[in-house]
Amino acid sequence: MRAFRKFASVITSVLLALGGLAAQEDTEREVERYRQMLKADPWSNPGLLDVDRGEALWNEKRGPKNASLEGCDLGKGPGKVDGAFAELPRYFKDVKRVMDVETRIVWCMEKLQGFARADIIKRPYSKANQSGTELEALATYVANRSNGYKFKPSLKYRKEQEALALGETLFFRRQGPMDFSCSTCHADSGKRIRLQGLPFLSKPEEARKVMGEWPAYRVSQGTVMTMQHRITDCYWQMRLPQIDYASDVVIALTMYLVNLAKGSDITAPQIKR
Amino acid sequence: MRSAFIVIAALLALAAVREEAGAQSPAVVEQAIKGSWTAASPDWQARLLQDETQKACSQYRNAPPRKVADKIIAREKTTIKYPADGKLMGDWKKGEKLAQSGYGGRFTDYPPRAENGGNCYACHQLSRKELSFGTLGPSLLEYGKDRRFKDDEVKSAYERIYNPHAVIPCANMPRMGANNFLTIEQIKDLVAYVMSPESPVNK
Repeated sequence: MRAFRKFASVITSVLLALGGLAAQEDTEREVERYRQMLKADPWSNPGLLDVDRGEALWNEKRGPKNASLEGCDLGKGPGKVDGAFAELPRYFKDVKRVMDVETRIVWCMEKLQGFARADIIKRPYSKANQSGTELEALATYVANRSNGYKFKPSLKYRKEQEALALGETLFFRRQGPMDFSCSTCHADSGKRIRLQGLPFLSKPEEARKVMGEWPAYRVSQGTVMTMQHRITDCYWQMRLPQIDYASDVVIALTMYLVNLAKGSDITAPQIKR
Repeated sequence: MRSAFIVIAALLALAAVREEAGAQSPAVVEQAIKGSWTAASPDWQARLLQDETQKACSQYRNAPPRKVADKIIAREKTTIKYPADGKLMGDWKKGEKLAQSGYGGRFTDYPPRAENGGNCYACHQLSRKELSFGTLGPSLLEYGKDRRFKDDEVKSAYERIYNPHAVIPCANMPRMGANNFLTIEQIKDLVAYVMSPESPVNK
């Protein structure tokens, strides 16, 4: 009887364990199935709702100046959206600063539409199961208009080279109560936090696989997530204070990652767990 | 003779350039950091400052040369505080809860609603029954059993959790004790979790 009880308990724990593993594998499998469905029918990607909303916001006359964003210069000249994201972050002469897509959109909303910066960046990220914020929709729209393009970051200007060097240094900078750097989790192949796989971002082959997917639609959150948001969440996990929206640190890290991913395809918004 | 001198000088110059490649000057980095966390309060901003060990490990990307490594070990060894009663093992059941918990230290964790966790499972396999474990660190399954539950291994485990840099300079693992993330009592519970024969880690 005792032997049987022991046997039963072993069986139970094995079943429980398999159940947990199966649940995780199910999630992965479901996300993969989702991706396959999207390949067959790209229009079923829920992230495209944000693209559409972003496009409407882009073209609509809004703000104190009652202007649209159609005159916004994303680096290839006013009004040129196609392929612009593939060359961001880049140096903008008018502000003498390197900007990523989100920082530039904020600047255009400020200058062209007359919105107050504080109001624009008050709530840049949506929470789970909320619809995307205006900034998320606009960034997703602009990124999507570079689908079919490859990352082609410019290093023509000294400030661009400086941003790249800053990003690389920051990637390896250890700090905070847990001594973490980006490289703690992203400098080796095939590693996981719990069951979550981690890309080896400082290796070009792996950076190329993931960088073009962002902004991405996250199934678990039911909303799109931008690169600014993704990096902010990493710093949160690293036990650091909340980083400012559109900060030089996030722009520099993006510059570093985009340079590693140089030549890879943009497929935003992709589907993530 | 002269040409040999020139070659050596050129090699030295090349080596200097190599070390600089990809790295931004500390002044520029600190400036960018200052300008990127402006909304944080001063005590939160203090988290962005690096101590000597963090600086060295960042500079050498966790592969410090021998001399630097020795300095790190010497410095970090001095940070380790031991329990007053000399008992290094606590309660493995409490240790298991700590190993599971990733709570604490994030800006959404204030005011604290629970004690800080050790978050061991984020990176390590520990007991056989927990399948959701990370792989950034080595598997610790049967950690104590593999070490025959020896007293000196108990002490080593305590020191490794308290301050891993005292053993492996520029280890990826957080300095749970030295950084005051976990208390001495909590570290004792974690030591029991990996070193106690009764713990599921060793079953």
